[in-house]
Amino acid sequence: MDKFLTVDADKCTGCRLCEQVCSVMHEGVSNPAKSRIQVVKWEQEGIYIPVICKQCEDAPCMNVCPVRAISRDPDFGFVKVDHEVCIGCRSCVGICPFGAMGYNDTTHQVFKCDLCGGDPQCVRFCEVNALEYVSADRVSSQKKRKGAARQSAAERQAVALG
Amino acid sequence: MALDRKIAYINLTTGDVEIKPIPLEMRKKFIGGRGMDAYLLYNHAPKGCDPIGPENPMIVSGGLLTATCASATARTHVMAKSPLTGLLGSCNMGGFFAPEMAWAGFHHLVITGKADKPVYLWIHNGEIEIRDAGHLWGKNSTDVQWAIRDELDDEEVKSMVIGQAGENLVTYACVMTGIKNAGGRTGLGCVMGSKNLKAVAVRGTMDIKIAHPVDALEHNKKFIDQITGAKVNQIQGALGTPFIWGATNCWGGVRTRNFQYNQMEYADEIEPEAIDDYATETMGPHHMTGCFGCQVHCRAQYKIQSGLYKGKYDEGPEYTSLGAFGAEPDCKSIETVLTGNHLVNQYGVDNLEIGSMIAWAMELYELGILTSKETEGLDLRFGNDEALLQMVHNICTRTGWLGNVLADGGIPAAEKIGKNAFDYLIQVKGMNNLHSDERATPGLALNIATASRGSDHLRSRPAIDLYHLPEPVLRKIYSSPVPYDGPLSSEHTEYIGKPWQVFWQENVYMAVDCLGICKYHTVFLGATLPNFEDWPEVIYYNTGLEFTPKEIWDAAERCNNLERLFNLREGLTRNDPQKGDTLNHRYFDEPCRRGAPDVIGKRIDRDKFNVMIDEFYEHHGWDNDGVPTSETLTRLGLENEPTRLL
Repeated sequence: MDKFLTVDADKCTGCRLCEQVCSVMHEGVSNPAKSRIQVVKWEQEGIYIPVICKQCEDAPCMNVCPVRAISRDPDFGFVKVDHEVCIGCRSCVGICPFGAMGYNDTTHQVFKCDLCGGDPQCVRFCEVNALEYVSADRVSSQKKRKGAARQSAAERQAVALG
Repeated sequence: MALDRKIAYINLTTGDVEIKPIPLEMRKKFIGGRGMDAYLLYNHAPKGCDPIGPENPMIVSGGLLTATCASATARTHVMAKSPLTGLLGSCNMGGFFAPEMAWAGFHHLVITGKADKPVYLWIHNGEIEIRDAGHLWGKNSTDVQWAIRDELDDEEVKSMVIGQAGENLVTYACVMTGIKNAGGRTGLGCVMGSKNLKAVAVRGTMDIKIAHPVDALEHNKKFIDQITGAKVNQIQGALGTPFIWGATNCWGGVRTRNFQYNQMEYADEIEPEAIDDYATETMGPHHMTGCFGCQVHCRAQYKIQSGLYKGKYDEGPEYTSLGAFGAEPDCKSIETVLTGNHLVNQYGVDNLEIGSMIAWAMELYELGILTSKETEGLDLRFGNDEALLQMVHNICTRTGWLGNVLADGGIPAAEKIGKNAFDYLIQVKGMNNLHSDERATPGLALNIATASRGSDHLRSRPAIDLYHLPEPVLRKIYSSPVPYDGPLSSEHTEYIGKPWQVFWQENVYMAVDCLGICKYHTVFLGATLPNFEDWPEVIYYNTGLEFTPKEIWDAAERCNNLERLFNLREGLTRNDPQKGDTLNHRYFDEPCRRGAPDVIGKRIDRDKFNVMIDEFYEHHGWDNDGVPTSETLTRLGLENEPTRLL
């Protein structure tokens, strides 16, 4: 069963621990610039949105790659870069609609989320569960319940207003 | 592995910048952060220097663990000679500034001199530039941060700034970062203003090397579980520091009406739960925010729902704002508390100090020491919300005779107001106390009397003293890493054993300040939280440096002694009512009027207090005047200071 990394920005406290552990996990250094996940902030309004690769089905990065260095992992379903094949043209960085493909200026290689091979550290460390790693059949079930609750509340309000 | 960490010396008068590595042997002796800052201050500040003169060095730092894979290493520490107290100036703030400074290549900055016009520092990936800030001068503490981001075209820039209070040299102006993170105490925003330095902007994408990444990651998880497992942090994560407001007030520990009372009536109206109701949309368990890498997320977010500032977004209020704009001026409106909190954040001024100053003025007004002539018609009685907020504006902008006088700080203001105004100023070493009442808790009273930066709860407060922990538990905590077999008491109203607890806490807090982590991650409010025994591993995995718990203790003690040496050099003497290890006479003379049975009627016994001070000095190896003996200095390796190694 495919699993997805989901983001609930309402729960995010903006602490950026995910960035810290991601860069340590993948690069052995602490450096958010090399993290696969980044929290985009509008501090003036207290809005924090973690941005990470969506592992798109019809992935623009995969489509744009001129040397077919990007493919889907057969076991975990994530989109991965084969650095043996990659020519470092950064077309994928330019085309990703989420800005989720990064470029490491020390190694001169592109990088992206690989779900830590099935145990994403950002999810493991996020105590408020703004990030979750859930199976495909559950990916929208919580959202459905929340949406239904809002709808039901609105209907009750409408009835009360006559 | 050598730590690849740097210190920069920046002279704003000449524009010279010098960058040096930080030698490992300095790490062993002073660890980093506040401890290293104490070394730098003692070595770089000329004796008797003018706090707002160019020679006063302003030192900005991250700790040893800042930006590593340790939990909550967000703290920025700033040190200089204080314009408020004339003694040690030291403040500490959360947010994201220090880690960004580390990724930009620096762990310590020593800023001296004075720019001839407003400037800001731009620190980016190992480079330092002094830039014009003429167009930024006059902006409040958040607008200036967004303007700098626009100018540098980078939303990730983090800045440490001053608001208008710092520009106007209010002696208790803060340094600020983000929405509300404030290096609040001892007026270092005033020092920044005196240097014509509006901001320090940092942005970095450089690596912080981790010595043992896999172990560091695993250990961090364990550490976080220990920290978030503590009940106190879970509650803090839902309500912020005001969680303690209700209990403290019911019990009788909230300073009210400038220390006339120890409990606020109708305090429920400004409890965090009430604020939750008032600002439903913007508060609650998922409307909390955290500092870098911290899972406690103790900062609340809110929008003001009514009044002149309706719709304004801010963070907090902390416990101190409930005291400053609630209990002390005796105002019972959520709108006032949230508005006051917003104003101090925007102006960049210490909420704690300004609240105490206004409450003091209110008492003087009610006593007739201040009259409507000095207040220029303002009805400065307790409970007047409008007058309270007006005074915040007046002080921060130095408007009117009284606003200008109060902006100078308590002791100079008392001299200008005259009569016996000083007797009513609830200060230690020239700085006002947290809005708490320590008359029923001698241990806490000893803490504020002896804290190195003046009356303060974050230097040595044995807060867990209030939990009545069984004696064996206390002994387990307080007899490590150095043995202690003297008396200890679970009773918070007792005097025995407290000097040791305060001494121990002083070292714990110094150690966390050196490491750059938050006090909620150590034995402050929770007895099960990490201390000396837990730190060697986290230091080793992240930096490769080997420390034993005892070595961390020794370094902390060494740094505390350096702060003491600085204070003594700048004029601290034991019994000086303005610069000594003393308390306002009200602590000894006026019993608590309200509160629980173990509080009501309590006051500090003068003789027993003096015995506590004697014992406290003895634990340190200080003589009867509070001066470190030559044996103590030799034991700590401080006999040759200042050594100017950095």
